[in-house]
Amino acid sequence: MSRRLCTAAAALVLALSASPAALAQQPIKLGELNSYKQFAAFLDPYKNGMQLALEEINAAGGVLGRPLAIVSRDDNGTPGDAVRVAEELLTRENVALLMGTFPSNVGLAVADLAKQRKVLFIAAEPLTDKIVWENGNAYTFRLRASTYMQTAMLVPEAAKLNKKRWAIVYPNYEYGTAATTAFKQQMTARAPAGIEFIEFPVPLGKIDPGPTVQAMLDAKPDAIFSSLFGADLARFVREGELRGLFKDRPVFNLLGGEPEYLDPLKDEAPVGWWVTGYPWYSLDTPAHQRFLKAYEARFHDYPRLGAVVGYSTVKTAAAALRKAGSTDTAKLVAAMQDLDVDTPFGIVRYRALDHQSTMGAFVGRTAVKDGKGVMVDWHYADGKDYLPPDAIVRKLRPAP
Amino acid sequence: MTLAALAAQLVNGLASASALFLLAAGLTLIFGVTRIVNFAHGSLYMVGAYGAWALVDRFGPASFWAAVAAATLLGAVLGALAERGVLRRLYDAPEMLQLTATFAFVLITRDALLWLFGAEDRLGPRVPGLAGTLTLGPLTLPQYDAVLVVAGPLVLVALTLLVRRTRFGLYVRAAAENRVVAGALGIDEARLFTLVFALGAGLAALAGALQLPREPANLAMDLPAVADAFVVTVVGGLGSIPGAFVAALLIAEVKALCIGLGTQTIGGVPIAFPQLTLVAEFAVMAVVLTLRPQGLFGRVATALPTTTLPEQRALVARGGRATLLAAAAIALVGIAGPLLADEYVRVLATDILVATLFAASLQWLLGTGGLTSFGHAAYFGVGAYAAALAARHGWPFAAALAWGPLAALVWAALCGWFAVRSHGVYLAMLTLAFAQITWAAAFQWDAVTGGSNGLFGLWPPAWLADRTRYFLFTAVVVGGAWSGLRAITRGRFGYAVRATRDSPLRAAASGIPVRHTQWRAFVIAGGFAGLAGALYTFAKGSIGPDALAIPRSVDAIVMVLLGGLASWFGPLAGAGVFTWLQDTLARTFDYWRAALGALILAIVLLFPGGIGGAWQWLRARSR
Repeated sequence: MSRRLCTAAAALVLALSASPAALAQQPIKLGELNSYKQFAAFLDPYKNGMQLALEEINAAGGVLGRPLAIVSRDDNGTPGDAVRVAEELLTRENVALLMGTFPSNVGLAVADLAKQRKVLFIAAEPLTDKIVWENGNAYTFRLRASTYMQTAMLVPEAAKLNKKRWAIVYPNYEYGTAATTAFKQQMTARAPAGIEFIEFPVPLGKIDPGPTVQAMLDAKPDAIFSSLFGADLARFVREGELRGLFKDRPVFNLLGGEPEYLDPLKDEAPVGWWVTGYPWYSLDTPAHQRFLKAYEARFHDYPRLGAVVGYSTVKTAAAALRKAGSTDTAKLVAAMQDLDVDTPFGIVRYRALDHQSTMGAFVGRTAVKDGKGVMVDWHYADGKDYLPPDAIVRKLRPAP
Repeated sequence: MTLAALAAQLVNGLASASALFLLAAGLTLIFGVTRIVNFAHGSLYMVGAYGAWALVDRFGPASFWAAVAAATLLGAVLGALAERGVLRRLYDAPEMLQLTATFAFVLITRDALLWLFGAEDRLGPRVPGLAGTLTLGPLTLPQYDAVLVVAGPLVLVALTLLVRRTRFGLYVRAAAENRVVAGALGIDEARLFTLVFALGAGLAALAGALQLPREPANLAMDLPAVADAFVVTVVGGLGSIPGAFVAALLIAEVKALCIGLGTQTIGGVPIAFPQLTLVAEFAVMAVVLTLRPQGLFGRVATALPTTTLPEQRALVARGGRATLLAAAAIALVGIAGPLLADEYVRVLATDILVATLFAASLQWLLGTGGLTSFGHAAYFGVGAYAAALAARHGWPFAAALAWGPLAALVWAALCGWFAVRSHGVYLAMLTLAFAQITWAAAFQWDAVTGGSNGLFGLWPPAWLADRTRYFLFTAVVVGGAWSGLRAITRGRFGYAVRATRDSPLRAAASGIPVRHTQWRAFVIAGGFAGLAGALYTFAKGSIGPDALAIPRSVDAIVMVLLGGLASWFGPLAGAGVFTWLQDTLARTFDYWRAALGALILAIVLLFPGGIGGAWQWLRARSR
């Protein structure tokens, strides 16, 4: 029997055995992978967000007349394991697309696999610029505002201050070095001549706060730019407050307003820092209010940024399937070009130019209210306004 | 850097040194007496931090010191339980098996704490009365840091008095010197071990609890802590408490200086000293151990160890017809099975095969050579990166694949030359130091290695790109390489290596150049690990620094011991069971790491000889 005959026979058997109704009930599987154990503080709410979106979509009748199902896997935080579980999702679960991932190196490895296996990959959280630019490929799209974009959101405020001597403290790996490079580049372009930067790289998760803060004090900077987060940020804040590092010095901290990193500081949250983040408590757009109410009703907890990312990722997948009208990869990838998705932050668009979504972030200043760190005086920085000009993006991205 | 700034940094270093010493003191105590390499030391440290946080959160900041005491007690109780419940049963097993058991504790503790406390970091309050700062001239020091600066030496004095002046200390010293004679003299070894373990575990928890005002309790603090503790312990000399103190001081000050120096231009080349903090402690360790193979205060072993574990004979036993048949059957089932099953099984089997070759190379080092390596991932990683870089520069696939093991061989020759000058745990730690330095190079050398992201787009050529074909290719390469390694093991050189393991003195007397033989064994192991790494690169399409990080070295040790140090099919059994379990459990349970830990513990307790040992036991019974 030739292969074509085989396929035809199999199709016939399938058609006879399955009634149209049963076929309609076959869920469309979305393959999801993430480092659930390594970054649990972000990814537990993320999982809730996905769940909420899934339930909403299925309650409204699913997509293409079929319900959606998420097949979720733990990638153990390493690229090697991520590639393996992604292969499992592709071969055994026959998922329509891949989505998820948190750290940059895992995101990039899965993006490369997506290119090799020719499957759509929606990178949810990795912030690395490379995933859409330098290492971008036809099959990979990214939701979150990148390191470059978030830095660009802080730069206008920083440049306004007209400070000459900047201390930059950052976790010594891709995200931190990329943020530092982007900051230096953009500041040099805008700020006064003679601006200088003194860098303080710290090992990720292992900052030695005493000596680091001391060295920063000795450097006598006019202002500070930090891309620390998590336990490193908490230690830096406490040590810096104690030793008076932040007295009379403006501080900018990338991601510092995200509830994931601000909340553990409680009443010791820094005051007056410029940060990017997510002020869920005071964001009263209709889109967000609807999301907030649904989330609180479903999980009896307030959402973190992770929840918004998880929710929006699943919404993206659903929107792509709807627009493509099929689970075929070529059609899905075509549908992703300039796809508009309704998220709690409003409508975002996946640019055909570089596969980056225009999801923005909130820029504001930190304060302490009722013993908790919050963002005040914030505004929404729409991602589309913080990307380089198209001509430059084309140069940065060799892939179509 | 001004003189005042330098002084300030040195004082800052003192606080870090105290914290580091407290962490390491328990480990060196436990090792000195029981010879157990306790991987769970960092987990106890984490338990201390979380325990103190829970109590302070419940009873308010005023209860901080009571909470520290309670957390210390909790750590001691947990340590005693672990010793009584599990480790005691393993004292007769191969030494490294206890390490596997403590690794299981690491997995279980992490998930238990996640379950109990959730994922969010838990920052403790500042300590009442010590929330401010002291001003000493140009230096502002947090009051709490000043307390730490004093606490370290206090504990040092207390421990020294305990060991030097009490009856308990006398027993401890006796057991550290010679366990067997101490037992013969009527010292209740079992009780002593429990007490020492409780004391060491309590110290770890104390260190964790005291860290709470400086660092939030978080789920990632265990492995860095245990790595630091190991380094301090070894640099100071195993079992030496004053040594640990000096080592902690040395390392903390070197780090503080690196941070303080900032970027300096030396001879026209800018050097970013803060970047060095990533490996400062390992660099210190490499230098110290190269100059003084027994650490700063360690004593030179008077007689070289003579071990003759009967169960290790199986490794060199001539393969009879039964073994040959078994090997053929394994090969057949191993290849036909995945071919009949679904496509993913072939992906998983490829991973298992790569891990098998990696584990086999470590088994050769560990089992046949008696050379413990905690840093075997370095050669796996160098092989993987070398193959990746060759492929990137347009080398043909076969050449790139061959270049991997060659590069690993060269690197192993260099590191091994230094490493084999040490023995036992010192050698293990020296390999760890080299591995960490290699890792840091891969992690920071953006232009060549792609930095923390790694390198991408490294797929095999079109004729091998298919999953099934790459599986078959891997099976052939791994099968061939493993057979080659077996042939070396059973050949003349294998016997020479075994002789250096069993009795260096007698080996030397028979004309075997001991160090040179061990060095060659090390190089061979590196080459095979490199081949595994090269295969891994093309199986994944990408390579990153995690390929040569500590967890990969630990995984390999666990695989070898799980499979059986002495069993010829041990690497396959260990790699197969470990990889398959991890894959299956991660899909089935949320708390899969705890499940994996529990299963490893069960295997270790039921079959101290690993899966291979269990097989031999079964065969012996059926006769």
